[in-house]
Amino acid sequence: MALSQTLADQGTFPHPSFAARGPLSTRLLELLSAAPEGSPDLLTLADEALVHAAEIVHDDDIQLSLFVLYGLHYGSVVETDDAWEWHPSLISLRRHLEAAFEAELRRVVPVPALPEPTSAAVAAALFALTGEEPGPSLSRYVAAKATKEQLAELLVHRSIYTLKEADPHSWAIPRLSGRAKAAMVEIQSDEYGGGRPERMHAAIFAGTMRGLGLDDRYGMYVDHVPAVTLASLNMMSMFGLNRRLRGAIAGHLAAFEMTSSIPNGLYARGFRRNGFGEDVTWYFDEHVEADAVHEQIAGRDLAGSLAEDEPALLPDILFGAAACLTVDGWAGAHILDAWTAGRSALRVPLASSVPSAADASAPAGAGASGWESRS
Amino acid sequence: MGVPIVKEDMNDLNRAAPQIVACPNGPLLVRGELDLVTPEGDPIERKRRTVALCRCGVSAIKPFCDGTHKAIGFTTEP
Repeated sequence: MALSQTLADQGTFPHPSFAARGPLSTRLLELLSAAPEGSPDLLTLADEALVHAAEIVHDDDIQLSLFVLYGLHYGSVVETDDAWEWHPSLISLRRHLEAAFEAELRRVVPVPALPEPTSAAVAAALFALTGEEPGPSLSRYVAAKATKEQLAELLVHRSIYTLKEADPHSWAIPRLSGRAKAAMVEIQSDEYGGGRPERMHAAIFAGTMRGLGLDDRYGMYVDHVPAVTLASLNMMSMFGLNRRLRGAIAGHLAAFEMTSSIPNGLYARGFRRNGFGEDVTWYFDEHVEADAVHEQIAGRDLAGSLAEDEPALLPDILFGAAACLTVDGWAGAHILDAWTAGRSALRVPLASSVPSAADASAPAGAGASGWESRS
Repeated sequence: MGVPIVKEDMNDLNRAAPQIVACPNGPLLVRGELDLVTPEGDPIERKRRTVALCRCGVSAIKPFCDGTHKAIGFTTEP
């Protein structure tokens, strides 16, 4: 049995639905299994993790730790004492990991030449950037070839962000002002169903998961996804929660919306080809129409206006857009590479360990808890 | 200070001033209340407050835009 489970047994709070992936996340989950006491030092373990990480974006221990830390702000990730959310030890750990994560992204993400800081030029630059073909396409594979099992795997990957769809970008609303804020709210209002909770995109996606027999509770499949899938959400959370990075979160949303309508049409085709009905395809159909609207607002009124009003943010707007394409490109390539090689694209395949309602409170699947034996 | 704005006035204001943005190389973005109807006058369901209407002719969900203008290199330049 993993150390995390032994120690969590002595705590006050139930086990999370997932297991630790290294010394840092083990210690973090141990701490969260009880109420805060004193000021535990986590920076030493964090430094060791950072020294050993070849690439932070692919490091399981660091990405899971960041996922847990951001999860304290979102909720529904780890059940623990609410006082942990703003505990100085955890904020300090988050800032430490974020600094290294951001530095790596700035090092590896190719950022295009900067356009003039006008709304029209920024929108045109973002449409040009997102229109470049990034190589083999996951959505085309899904449309033409994906099996039902692969469709379930796709939803498992997507569930990490999509069951919280729009939330990471909403952190930016009070951090923006004027035209950019109005544009962000216009998009987010639509993401949240325009006042109708059943039309909230996260709720529609939950219906898609149920339609494939998947558990739609948040976090039930964390053990199954690789670090890069967690990194995709962590990056958005970092951009959204740091006011300094408001340019990056605006650029991220613009790139996300601009690469959504056409792929979602292809995803819908893949689900229909496998015999699924409207209850399952609604999510994808909805995004074909919604994101054709959102991409126009995000390009000109959000990112473009922000560049006009705060030209100093222009480099970060382009960085955020490029980072979205790069990291989500890696996450997509991970899935496509596995499928074309005849493998599961999940860290732990679904067949053996799809959680059922009955064992929701049990420790995470045995196959996913043994990080010690893998490293 | 001034004449109080009552709810009806706000609705009238909203209805009186719909805005159509002609997006470069893209759709017509419609904000505000206006009736979207078939030639017979039947209402076309509008699922969101702001909609994008197809301008390139290849959308699969006409009259709405589905983003396909980007795939065909549609341009609004003369």
